Amino acid sequence: MSKKTHVQTEINGEGIEFLCEPRQSLLEVLRDELHLTGAKEGCNNGNCGACTVLMGDRIVNSCIVLGVEAEGEKIETIEGIATSEGLHPIQQKFLEHAALQCGICTPGFIVSSKALLEQNPTPSEEDVRFWLAGNLCRCTGYHKIVEAVMDAAKALNTEVADNA
Amino acid sequence: MALVSVPSLMQDLTAGQDQVNIEGETIREIILNFDKVFPGVKDRLCDGDRIKPFIAVYIGSELSQAGMRELVSPDSEIHFVPAISGG
Amino acid sequence: MPEDKEFKVIGTRPIRHDGIDKVTGRAAYGADIHFPDMLHGKVLRSPYAHARIKSIDISKASSHPAVKCIITSDDLPLVEDTITELGETVINLKYLSDNILASDKALYKGHPVAAVAATDPYAAEEAINMIEVDYEILEPVLDVRQAMEPDAPVLHESLKTESMGKGEDQSQNVASHSQRKHGDLEAGFAAADIIVERDFSTATIHQGYIETHNATAQYNEDGELTVWCSTQGAFGVRDQLSKILKMPVSKIKVVPMEIGGGFGGKVQVYIKPIAALLAMKTRKPVKMTMTRTEVFEGTGPAPGSYIRVKLGADKTGKITAAEAHLIFEAGAYPGSAVGAGSLCIFAPYKIDNLQIDGYDVVLNKPKSSAYRAPGAPNACFASECVIDEICQKLDMDPIKFRLINGAKEGDRRCDGPIYPKIGYLETVEAAQQHGHYAESIDKTPNGKLRGRGVASGFWMNGGGRSSVTINVNADGRINLIEGSTDIGGTRASIAMQAAEVLGLSSEDIMPAVVDTDSVGYTGVTGGSRTTFATGIAAINAAENIRAQMIGVVANHWELKPSDVKFKDGTFLAQKNGEELQMTFKEVAAVAGGPLVGSVTASPGGAGNGFATHIVDLEVDSETGKVDILRYTAIQDVGRAIHPSYAEGQVEGGVAQGVGWALSEGYLYNDEGHMTNASFLDYRMPTSYDLPSIETVLVEVPNPGHPYGVRGAGEVPLVPPLAAIANAVSRAIGVRMTELPMSPDRVLEAMGSI
Repeated sequence: MSKKTHVQTEINGEGIEFLCEPRQSLLEVLRDELHLTGAKEGCNNGNCGACTVLMGDRIVNSCIVLGVEAEGEKIETIEGIATSEGLHPIQQKFLEHAALQCGICTPGFIVSSKALLEQNPTPSEEDVRFWLAGNLCRCTGYHKIVEAVMDAAKALNTEVADNA
Repeated sequence: MALVSVPSLMQDLTAGQDQVNIEGETIREIILNFDKVFPGVKDRLCDGDRIKPFIAVYIGSELSQAGMRELVSPDSEIHFVPAISGG
Repeated sequence: MPEDKEFKVIGTRPIRHDGIDKVTGRAAYGADIHFPDMLHGKVLRSPYAHARIKSIDISKASSHPAVKCIITSDDLPLVEDTITELGETVINLKYLSDNILASDKALYKGHPVAAVAATDPYAAEEAINMIEVDYEILEPVLDVRQAMEPDAPVLHESLKTESMGKGEDQSQNVASHSQRKHGDLEAGFAAADIIVERDFSTATIHQGYIETHNATAQYNEDGELTVWCSTQGAFGVRDQLSKILKMPVSKIKVVPMEIGGGFGGKVQVYIKPIAALLAMKTRKPVKMTMTRTEVFEGTGPAPGSYIRVKLGADKTGKITAAEAHLIFEAGAYPGSAVGAGSLCIFAPYKIDNLQIDGYDVVLNKPKSSAYRAPGAPNACFASECVIDEICQKLDMDPIKFRLINGAKEGDRRCDGPIYPKIGYLETVEAAQQHGHYAESIDKTPNGKLRGRGVASGFWMNGGGRSSVTINVNADGRINLIEGSTDIGGTRASIAMQAAEVLGLSSEDIMPAVVDTDSVGYTGVTGGSRTTFATGIAAINAAENIRAQMIGVVANHWELKPSDVKFKDGTFLAQKNGEELQMTFKEVAAVAGGPLVGSVTASPGGAGNGFATHIVDLEVDSETGKVDILRYTAIQDVGRAIHPSYAEGQVEGGVAQGVGWALSEGYLYNDEGHMTNASFLDYRMPTSYDLPSIETVLVEVPNPGHPYGVRGAGEVPLVPPLAAIANAVSRAIGVRMTELPMSPDRVLEAMGSI
């Protein structure tokens, strides 16, 4: 076992410190050290997107980011998407559209979709399908996921308009 | 008498006959009577007093779940088919 | 059939009960289990596809400071070389046990040979690499036709061909030969005006569930074993553990965690007995998870296959005779889905003269496993492509051909039994009337080639045992306790059936999937049985509760139970000319204590499932890449309890079918090593590879279910392979017979390379 490194970061708005081995991935740190098990491991080499988290304004596969790279970053995981006000509209739309079956890929899809809608509030279906191509789902055929994301975009835009 | 459909791989025992009428009120009786007419049938279908695990029994349209105890009526059509399972 | 056909809950789309946990990351899957003092297990796997294990030296690995325990097959109890019933399936115990940890021979690359428990996963990984195994490398066999040759390498010296009890002189790798035959084949082909005969092959493929296998085991001093895991059936895991470890079932508790996909691949156990054995030896909790590569190399893929189909039809399009030979890869141990494939291959049609021969062949690949309608997609790929070619040669519309030949109630299924009420023709008619079919396609826009394909599929669907307990709380909401793992929304589809009986809303029911100590035996979530069979158990339990509540109400009103009526969630009676009524919630409060209804059901009458699919696609003649443009899937689901999740089954099945047809397949080198054991190289469809999928749910109620439910989960994977192959073949003008239809194969077919 190699010597552990001290890392200071922010996760879901909270300052967090942890110790990790240099070889530990961010996913391992989140799941095994911090017990934030919402991000899932599906492939451990960046192909399936089940471990997707936000690091700053980038979406990353946390299985191919090292834990030590979280130093000084702002990390957002699925656990931080809902607030004390309730579910995020994307989460709500996933439920309404039955956009999940087994649910293992769902956290990754929701995190990715949130990043998409922050960058592009009015995506076309093509945009959504292209953006989410880094997240594998084996149950749904993506149809209802795409519908949910499109509908969430609409709901978020209505919210923005209502607030304006 | 119930109508028993003879599986093609067992027709070597029935001189090529593909259907036989057999007396019996349960699958057990059917098999025992079938074996009296065509000796060797029971050994192919059963391990002791049980249907072999890779054989399924249909009564008409219905997959039988009661094995040797399954009730048979005189107008029943009985099929012994290879068992299969789903995923 | 209930008299009131207007349903209150069935057919609506409530939010699933486990939804919030799953969109917030709170749902606990198998790998989310954590114990402070747990050990981590790792498996050493054979680097060879076929090798004799001469010796295993664990001394170096044992000296690793973090290692607590090392096991090999010597640590498994000796089990008999006999076939036994195991839950709802049959299995040879020796094969089952040898697949967990190889004893004398390693039969595929990735076959477990030894396992380690250590204080951290990295140390366990280091330690397995310190185990020294002396192998005698043997020649592998990787193709079913080669495996059937007389001089092929033999996997199992003791294997004999099973053929309906008859000894057959087959190659030693042929585990079984089955046959279905009726009518007069020769006369049937003689009556044909056109005969098409072709060979087809399909690659070994994987279910591709996103969650890898996992297991955490704990063994207590009193001999009680607990295993937390993701599985399609906790009781099936308990049965297998009991046989492999020679422990009574009552000493084993299996806790089904949330499951990240299964599709048939999470019925068989792999690392669960290993985790159990390591926990038993160390008396510490042991957690194991597979890597993706281990999943590809070490768990049951769906069998690759070779199929020959010969079909004859007369000028009017009537099928006169059909013949098929199906040879399926069993993998390292007997038991492929060739039986189901043989049953399904011509099942949508009424054919008077036919013969179907199925061969189960062992070779040096992982033991094959179920994958969604196991065997049927391979089989129907072959038969539905031949039908399409006949249609082309007769210049006949493929939908019309299916209307002429389609099976209906009273027709004989290919293996003999008579069809009950089925909805095949209804799916074909729905396809004919659909706007997709009505709209013609431009065959060569911008120099690209377009084609439309049609195909149908069949799956028998299953019943089997399920148990449900309903507890009524004093506030009138109910707990519904079940043993069916929820993979795709079955908490909702089962709860909704109970809600319908009790006049409650879906939200009034709180379903819970519990461990094997806490509910009666329940079969796997598989075989398209859950919404059907566990649904019936839930209906029966709800009816039991309703009867108990009528008793409570009668007592309360001082009437006889027969005086009390129940309608729309309200109990009604007349007493002395006065109208009395109480709601479900009021009765629950009056009951003054919990009402409990517990039921085990084992329904037959599952009702067969049929589907007809239409696909439009475009072939890039420069690259050979196929793009799906439009997809319409029509399926008879009997009755959609929660239409969104029924549609979801169809959409997911289609997506998997697109992968199977176009891009998925195990690639092997000559040594029998899989060369694409990652999600990067084993290419499953992404959202960008697929169009929207339109689903049409046809409802021909199944008389075997009170609300008409037919299983819906498997048949949607049956037609896509052939539908896509037919469309590609029509687009490029060359018949495609090999899956996957990867760009190189398409270019090759077109003569471009």
